[in-house]
Amino acid sequence: MRSLKALAGLALGVSLFATAAVAGEIVLNSDQSDPAPKKAMEELIADFQKANPGITVKWNNFDHEGYKSAIRNFLTADAPDVAAWYAGNRMAPFVKAGLFEDVSDVWKDNGLDDALKSASASMTIDGKKWGVPYTYYQWGIYYNKDVYKKAGVTEPKNWAEFVANCEKFKAAGVDCLTTGDKGGWPAAGIFDYINMRTNGYEFHMDLTAGKVKWTDPKVKATFAEWAKVVPYMSANATAIDWQDAAALMAQGKAANYVMGNFAVDTFKKGGMTNDNLGFMIFPEITAGIPRAEEAPTDTFHIPSGAKNKADARKFLAFVASADAQTKMNATLGQLPVNNKATAADDPFIKTGFTELSSAYALAQFFDRDAPADMAKAGMDGFQEFITHPENIDAILERLDKVAAKVYK
Amino acid sequence: MQKSTQAGFWKKNQRALAPWFFMAPGIIMFLVYVIYPIFQSIGISFYEWDGLGPKTYVGLQNYRDLLDDDSFYTSLKNNVIWLVLYLLAIPAGLAVALFLNQTVAGIRLYKSLFFFPFVISQVVVGLIFTWFYAPGFGILPHVINFFTGTPTAILADDKYATYGVIAAGLWPQTAYCMILYLTGLNNISPDQVEAARMDNAKGWSMLWHIIIPQLRPATFIALVVTVIGALRSFDLISVMTVGGPFGSTRVLSYFMYEQSLSEYGTAMGYGAAIAVVLFAIMLVFISLFIVRMLSQERNA
Repeated sequence: MRSLKALAGLALGVSLFATAAVAGEIVLNSDQSDPAPKKAMEELIADFQKANPGITVKWNNFDHEGYKSAIRNFLTADAPDVAAWYAGNRMAPFVKAGLFEDVSDVWKDNGLDDALKSASASMTIDGKKWGVPYTYYQWGIYYNKDVYKKAGVTEPKNWAEFVANCEKFKAAGVDCLTTGDKGGWPAAGIFDYINMRTNGYEFHMDLTAGKVKWTDPKVKATFAEWAKVVPYMSANATAIDWQDAAALMAQGKAANYVMGNFAVDTFKKGGMTNDNLGFMIFPEITAGIPRAEEAPTDTFHIPSGAKNKADARKFLAFVASADAQTKMNATLGQLPVNNKATAADDPFIKTGFTELSSAYALAQFFDRDAPADMAKAGMDGFQEFITHPENIDAILERLDKVAAKVYK
Repeated sequence: MQKSTQAGFWKKNQRALAPWFFMAPGIIMFLVYVIYPIFQSIGISFYEWDGLGPKTYVGLQNYRDLLDDDSFYTSLKNNVIWLVLYLLAIPAGLAVALFLNQTVAGIRLYKSLFFFPFVISQVVVGLIFTWFYAPGFGILPHVINFFTGTPTAILADDKYATYGVIAAGLWPQTAYCMILYLTGLNNISPDQVEAARMDNAKGWSMLWHIIIPQLRPATFIALVVTVIGALRSFDLISVMTVGGPFGSTRVLSYFMYEQSLSEYGTAMGYGAAIAVVLFAIMLVFISLFIVRMLSQERNA
């Protein structure tokens, strides 16, 4: 065994030697495979190189889905100097395994504790900062204004009105709430919101951190609220891709869709415009609970195995700067995290900016707040719930069983 | 002096050693890429490991968890359903082969068209069937709606989804069995058929007593590839349902992937335990086939 390890070490050493970066070069691995993010990255890299002559960035762009498993390999085998990832619990396994570098100094030297305040908590583990956030986006309810008009319904002020509206949409032959849950995560967005509005942010965080049981009466209360709208949700949601459900709304067959701001592009491709695409903050359920929002944050990190950490720190500082974030997020169509940056001139981005900056707290999203295997079991449970709401007790007991394994 | 003894050794043992040298590349590959990983998987299944951090030895805990996991039983049940229904590809393939085994103008073209589903990628097959089943724009829900009044979307319903995926899998598998039988039919001895005709054998009795016995080698191969195909079904499930709705279409191989290699799973030990169970099931079939093959070789 020892000889095997030595051999592996030798092989690793050789490969390190072979791929050792040229002085002044940083290797950047990320997953901006869609057109807009790709363009934003290209601009960012060009601007960084202009601002830091002598440093070149070697960018390896991965496929979005493939990246999630690739990162586990390259962090241990052949670490780049900078890697893209996500905030919150999603980065915890890498931090705990010692694969990410502590970058608290970058935060301190560049005044980021103040400028990136809204994302500070989600970048902190054990009192240290492990990366730099560069973009986030809001979630909420997107709706079809034409359908609202047709059904004679106005924007609801609270959850009770939302549920009451559903009856009217049904009379008009429209699905009140649509979702395309084949991937499992869209329904998780609905759960996050109903739980945060019913029980508050702290309870939601305790649940995703495994501090409370899924069979807790408060969780049951959440599902009871959800059960009120399940009969009005699009049929066969578990077999539909999220984009196909967006088409249902664009075609006027559905009224509301709980989604992230990235879906605006899809709605517009389906023929919607700023005139008939509406956005509202998820309505209040339990009165008086401080309003928390979903804002998944994308981040850059320095792997602890990086070869050129000095230049990588320069890159992180650059990405965190107000100017870089303003420009990058204008291309991305998302919100800059730096509070000195300016958000793009777009109605949805402007609303999102106010929504998030006035929020009591920000959640990262179910599959980033909960550990991966818990998230998977949870999303399976949500799928079962929207198909068979009557199974709720069995679902919650099963989730407790998984939780007992995940959080030990 | 030394040289001559070396040469002597080589000369003496040349016949015994040469085959090993020729087989060496294959044997080494097989040891490194097949045998070693099997034992490595069995080893990992006794640990709790996330693939990054340190491993903790947990003994048989992963297997105990497995026995307490509803998803495991769902996957196991689906594997059995796959195994049983996938065998339909054999009679279906035989039927198509018999139908195509005639001399008509352009028969080669028809044969290749029937073989087509096997040539295209499983991913494409899965996509086509997903669209076929899709609620809204797929044709099947409309057809079902016409007869029953409710547009059932097969893949959205946990009761039917597995059958929907198997139906998609049967399409290329039937083509595969067909091609095996077509080659088999070419080797049917015309004398026997002629003799049977003299004895007044026709239709079913001809098929059952004369043709099928002669197709036995083809049937054997078809059985082997179909059983293996059923047990390693993965791509169709991944493309068509992603294991859903709520895990109801998972089979063991997909369950393993989900637990240890997918976006949401890093439980290497647990995944390895599933792999060991799947391996044990496959081993039953593989040993049956090998025993049969060996006994045939001996008799031959």
